[in-house]
Amino acid sequence: MSPETETLLHTPLHGEHVALGARMVPFAGWEMPVQYAGIVEEHNAVRDAAGMFDVSHMGCFEVHGPDAGRFLRYVSTWDVTGLAPGAGHYAAACREDGGILDDVYVFRLEDERWLIVVNASNAPKMHDWMASHVAQFDASLVDRHRSTAMIAVQGPDALARLDAVAGADFMRSLKPRRCAETDWNGHALFASRTGYTGEDGMELLIDAPGAPALWRALLEAGVTPCGLGARDTLRLEAALLLYGNDIDEATNPFEVGLDWVVTLDDGADFLGRDALVGIEERGAGRQIVCLRALGRGIMRHGHAIRNGGAGVGVVTSGGFSPTLGVSIGLGFVPPALGETGGRLEVDVRGKPLPVEVVPRPFYKRPKKS
Amino acid sequence: MVSPSELKYTKDHEWVRVEGDTGTIGITDYAQDQLGDIVFVELPAAGTAIAAAEKFGEIESVKAVSELFAPVSGEVTEANDSLADSPESVNDDPYGDGWMVKVRFSDAAELDGLMSADEYEAFIEAESA
Repeated sequence: MSPETETLLHTPLHGEHVALGARMVPFAGWEMPVQYAGIVEEHNAVRDAAGMFDVSHMGCFEVHGPDAGRFLRYVSTWDVTGLAPGAGHYAAACREDGGILDDVYVFRLEDERWLIVVNASNAPKMHDWMASHVAQFDASLVDRHRSTAMIAVQGPDALARLDAVAGADFMRSLKPRRCAETDWNGHALFASRTGYTGEDGMELLIDAPGAPALWRALLEAGVTPCGLGARDTLRLEAALLLYGNDIDEATNPFEVGLDWVVTLDDGADFLGRDALVGIEERGAGRQIVCLRALGRGIMRHGHAIRNGGAGVGVVTSGGFSPTLGVSIGLGFVPPALGETGGRLEVDVRGKPLPVEVVPRPFYKRPKKS
Repeated sequence: MVSPSELKYTKDHEWVRVEGDTGTIGITDYAQDQLGDIVFVELPAAGTAIAAAEKFGEIESVKAVSELFAPVSGEVTEANDSLADSPESVNDDPYGDGWMVKVRFSDAAELDGLMSADEYEAFIEAESA
């Protein structure tokens, strides 16, 4: 083992990954499985049946107290105060200038107990940032990051597989974006009908000691273990944003299609509000679009987007779509070039790859009959 | 993973099958396994001159792009055009259908600098340890 890997954090499921022969890689300070059997096989398992991901590296914090909702409203762009217990919503957290600090998921567990899930790469930053603001409120922040494992179970068969593991009554009670808590063999289990793959499914939180048994029960129920590689191809097909690739502190919600998670008309004060009002009035100077290759090359993060030879933007996420069999990507272009059907070129290491602007997302799951 | 004994190998994980003054070039089973699902291979056209240890093409897996380095110098006589439609052949059959180019050697003495199958296997064992 090299000195580098010794300093990486391990999730409560690390031993399970090693036992399954996963290829482990460093990611945001954690040693995580990038693949088990192979990215395409895992990708297809999620599109066709059910797969699971260890996402314990993501940060999670509970917020307790009479002002917990008001505090979370203050640090997120969406009006979370309207959430009923058992409901959740996606949101952004912004700097005073409107730059995105993180994209988050906020759940209301009980009247005065909330949960916020943040990206792994931003967890330390978000902890410090929220801790610096929570003192103004009658609320407290409880870091559950290291004491909890998170498993995402995704795919058309995800709920059926989960029935066998965690009880059909519990699982089937959850509509999309709803959450609930239960006891699983003596361990606290949280489930939400959410995900990051474009498929139906659940994201589970369980206290760390219970995680390996839950993982093995899911394996036995026929859920395919999937790594970060498939997680990335799946989320890109669903055109879901990845912090650090598509969004960062120099990006505002309006230019990446996150208008729907910005609430400005409730009159509530929140961090970044004034800047976002101004940006909405002026209009975004660039917009993120979905690009589909018309040739065989593969666009990647950082490749330049050209129009008639002139540089007009940059690919923020790119790769190969196993479902479509062609390269796809997200990228910034001026609003005038963002119309569906527009033809552009991506500079793939000096070679032009013709691409077309296509509707978002690339992949939508078929409606259940 | 068994490396065919009749081939010669490089530290960049390419192989050469020597057939007189020409040879066939591909990447090893170890290399395809490390790369993962291969989705695109860009190869030089017949007639292109390639130089030992220099880049002659690119290979894209789902995860990333990698460069292909020529084991020997020479002129490409044929590229494996079937990889355009079935790049997965490189994963499925790296020493057979997944071959990349055929080359007429310009300096056959370069072959002496390549590794045998046994030497290559010892090399990857040391590298992955």
